[in-house]
Amino acid sequence: MLAYVMRRIGALFIILFGSSFLLFNLAALSTDPIAELRLSDAPNKEQLIVSLTRELRLDLPAPVRYFIWLRGVLGVFVGNPNFGLTREQEPVINAISGAIPVTIRLVFVATIVAIVLGISLGITSALRQYTRFDYGMTFFAFLLYSLPIFWVAVLLKQYLAIDFNDFLVNATISPPWIIFFSAATGFFWAAIFSGTRKRVVQIFIGVFIANSLLLTAISATKWFAYPRLGPIAIAILGVGIALGVTYLSVGLQATAAVKTSLMMAGFGTISYFPAQAVLNSDRPRLGLLVLFVVLVAVSVAGSYVFSRIDRGPIIRTSLITSTLIGLLILVDRLMQAWRPFVESDDVNYRPVATIGQSTIWLSEVPFWVRVLDQVMHLILPTIALTLISFAGYIRFSRGTLLDVLNQDYIRTARAKGLNERTVIMRHAFRNTMIPLTTIMVADFAGIVGGAIITERVFAWQGMGTLFNKAIVSFDLNLLMGVSIFLSTLAILANLVADLLYSALDPRIRVGAGK
Amino acid sequence: MAKKKSSASEVEQAQVDAGENAIFNKETEGLSQSQIVFRRFVRHRAAMIAVIVLFSIITLVYTALDWRIGSKEDPYIIPGWWKYNFEDMPPLLFEDCPGGSVGCPTIDAIPFLDGDGVKMGEHPFGQDDIGRDYFALVMRGAQRSLLVMFIIGLIAATLGTVIGAVAGYFRGWVDAILMRLVDFIITIPVIIIGSVIGYHYGNKGAAFLAVLLGFFAWTGLSRLVRGEFLTLREREFVDAARVAGASNRRVIFKHILPNAIGVIIVSVTLLMSGAILLETALSFLGFGVTAPDVSLGLLISTYQDAFTTRPWLFWYPGLFIIAIALCINFIGDGLRDAFDPRQRRRLTRKDKENARMMKNRSEVAS
Repeated sequence: MLAYVMRRIGALFIILFGSSFLLFNLAALSTDPIAELRLSDAPNKEQLIVSLTRELRLDLPAPVRYFIWLRGVLGVFVGNPNFGLTREQEPVINAISGAIPVTIRLVFVATIVAIVLGISLGITSALRQYTRFDYGMTFFAFLLYSLPIFWVAVLLKQYLAIDFNDFLVNATISPPWIIFFSAATGFFWAAIFSGTRKRVVQIFIGVFIANSLLLTAISATKWFAYPRLGPIAIAILGVGIALGVTYLSVGLQATAAVKTSLMMAGFGTISYFPAQAVLNSDRPRLGLLVLFVVLVAVSVAGSYVFSRIDRGPIIRTSLITSTLIGLLILVDRLMQAWRPFVESDDVNYRPVATIGQSTIWLSEVPFWVRVLDQVMHLILPTIALTLISFAGYIRFSRGTLLDVLNQDYIRTARAKGLNERTVIMRHAFRNTMIPLTTIMVADFAGIVGGAIITERVFAWQGMGTLFNKAIVSFDLNLLMGVSIFLSTLAILANLVADLLYSALDPRIRVGAGK
Repeated sequence: MAKKKSSASEVEQAQVDAGENAIFNKETEGLSQSQIVFRRFVRHRAAMIAVIVLFSIITLVYTALDWRIGSKEDPYIIPGWWKYNFEDMPPLLFEDCPGGSVGCPTIDAIPFLDGDGVKMGEHPFGQDDIGRDYFALVMRGAQRSLLVMFIIGLIAATLGTVIGAVAGYFRGWVDAILMRLVDFIITIPVIIIGSVIGYHYGNKGAAFLAVLLGFFAWTGLSRLVRGEFLTLREREFVDAARVAGASNRRVIFKHILPNAIGVIIVSVTLLMSGAILLETALSFLGFGVTAPDVSLGLLISTYQDAFTTRPWLFWYPGLFIIAIALCINFIGDGLRDAFDPRQRRRLTRKDKENARMMKNRSEVAS
C-alpha cells in the first residue's frame, strides 16, 4: 500500500513536470509580449522593448526559460519556493494564495449541493425506471449537459436576482403564480410516488392543496420580506426531519431509533433559546461550535440511553438528525439578520447580489449580517455551477444503481425477506456509493476548472480572474502558477479517488498485480 | 393460497420472458451486427427526433446565407435563400418595439391565435446595434460553431483512435510513452489549453482554431480505445488472425477496430457536444473566435448586458447552442443504447401479446 502511494506520488511529479513543460512552451510560443509595444508610438519604444526583453528573459529560448522557472519552483523542497513575479511585480504565490479561498468557497458549496441533489434525483429516477419521471429526469439531465454556463448565468442574473429583488419590495405572490407553483410541485411528487391512477391523482391534489395553503400563508404574512423560522417552525420541521431520517436510515419499526431522534428534535427545539444567547455573544464562531458539540454529545448520549443493542445505526441516525436541526437554528439566526441586512445603506433593498463575492461595507455591521451578505453573494454562482455539474450525478447514480439492482446479492437480500427499504438503502445504495465517491473526488477538481467562466460572469476575484489576467497580459509566471495548482489538484484528486475506491471496495486492491 | 397463485404467475411470467427472448432472436435472425445496431438506433425515438432536428438545423444554417468562394474582391457567389448576409448593414428599424428599444424581432411563429399567421418579417431575430440582420448573424455563428464541432470531432477521433490503438496493441514502451503524453495533456484543464491557443490564434479564423483545439482533445478517447484494445487483443479471434499470417496493421484495423467501434462512436459524439460548448465558452471569454468573424459564444458575450432591454439578442444564439448540443447528446445516448448488447428494447403491448400467443402455441404443442 505504502509502496503504491509512493509510486503514485513519484508519477505525480513526472506528470507535473511533463504537463508544465508542455504548457510553458505552448504558452511561450503562442504569446508575444512585445507585439503590443512594437505597434506603439512611444518615443522610447526601442528602450522599452529592450527592458521588457531583459525583464522577461525573452532573449533565451522558451525551454531554457522553463528550466529557470522550474528551478524557482523546485525551491518547494527546501522550503523556499519561488513561483516568480507577476507582471505587476507581485509574487505569484501571494496572488494565488489570495485567490484560492475564494474559488474553494465558490466550488465547495456548489459541489455539495450538486452531489446531494444529483444523487437523490438519480436514485429516485432509477427506482422509477421507465416511468414518466425517469424520462423527464433523463431529458432534464441532457438539457443541463447542453447548457452553456455563461448563458445560464445571465438568465439567473435577470430572473433570480433582479426580478426576485423586485418581488421582495412587496413580497406578495399573485394567485396565478401560487397555482403554478403548487401544480408544479404536485406533478413532481405525483410523478415520484407513481402508482395507480387514483393514487397519483390523490397525491397530486393533496400536494396541490397543501402547497397552495402554504404559499398563501407565506404571501399573506410577507414571509419573504420578514423571514423567520422561530421555535415553533423548528419544532415542526425537527419532528419531520427526525421521522424522515429515521425512516431512510433504519426504518420506523426500530422504536429505539424513533425515540432517540424525536428526543433530539425536542432537545434541538429547547436548545433554540440558549442558542440565541450563544450566537449573539461576542464570539459567534465559538458559539456555533459549542452549539454543534452539545448537539452531537446529547445525540450520542441519547442513543446510549434508548438502545441496548446495535447502537451504531441509531447513533448515526440521531447524529444526522441533530446536525440538520443545528443547521435549522443557524438558518434562523441568519434570517434574523435579514432586516438589518436588507435595510442597510449598502444593500438598499437589493439583497440577491449579481456581482462580486461580498458587499464592500462602508459602515460597521454585525457579524451575522456579514455572513448573510456572503451567503447572498454565493447564491447565484452556486446555482449556476450546481445546474451544470449535477446532471452528471443524476445520470451516473441512476446508471450505477440500475447496475447494482441487477446483482445477485440484491436478489439474495430480497429472497431472504428483507423489506424494500433495507434492500435499497443498505444493500443497493451503499454499493452505488462506491463508484460515485471516486467520481465526486475527481469531479471536484474538474469544477475548479469550470469555475473560471463562472467567476468571470459574476466578477469574483478568484483563480479564474487570475487566469484571465494571465492570458490577457501575457503573464507566463501567473499562468503557470494557476495551471500548476489546478493540475496538482487534479492529480491528487485522482490519487485520492483510487485510494478511496480500494478502501471502500475490498474487492479492489491497489498496487496488486504490478 | 395466495402464495401458490403468485408462484403460478411467476411461472407464467417466465414463459412470457422466454417468448420475448424468442421475439428478440427472431428479430435479429440473419442480420449482421451493424444492421442490428442500426435497427436499434432507428427505434430509439429520442435519438431519431434528435437526428431529424439536427439535420434541419444544419440545412437551415448552411443554406440561409450566400456562400462566397474564391478571392475577397471578386468572389464566386452561391446565393442563399435569405436576403441579407451577415456583413450587410440595412437601416435600423424603429417601429413597434416594446419599451422603446430598437431593432426588435419580427418573427411571428404563433399561427392562429394572433390572427396573422406565421411570417418571418423583415428581421426575424431583430437587428444588432449597428443594424446588421441578427438572423444572418446567428446563422453565421451557428455555421462557425458547427464547423468547429465537426473539425474537433474528426481530428480528435482520428488521433485518439490511432494513438489508443497503437498503445493498446503494441503495449510495452510504445504504450508507456504514448500514455505519459496523454497524462501530460489531460492534467491541464481543457479551458486553459484552449485559452492559451485561442487568445493568439483565434483571429486566424474558426477553422484554424478548431484544428489546433482538435490536437489537444483526443486524450480521453485514446485512453478508452487503449482499454478496449488491451482486452480485445487477448481474444481468440485475434490469435486466429495472427496465426493465419495477418500483419499488425491488418489485425488492428480489420479485426480489433470493428469490435471497438461502438465505444469510439459514442465517445466521439459526446466529445463533439463538449467541443461546441468549449468553442462557445472560449469565444465568450474572448479567447476564441474574434470579430469581425461571428460565433454564437461571441454574440452572447457581446450582448449579455443588453439582456434587460433587448433580450432577443441573447436568446437566439443561446437557443441554437442548446439545440445543437442537446441533439448531439441524444444521438450519443441512442448510439450507446444501440451498441450495448445488454440493452433491450422495451416491448410494446403488441409484442407482449405475440409473446403470449407463442407461449400458448408451445403449450398446445406439448
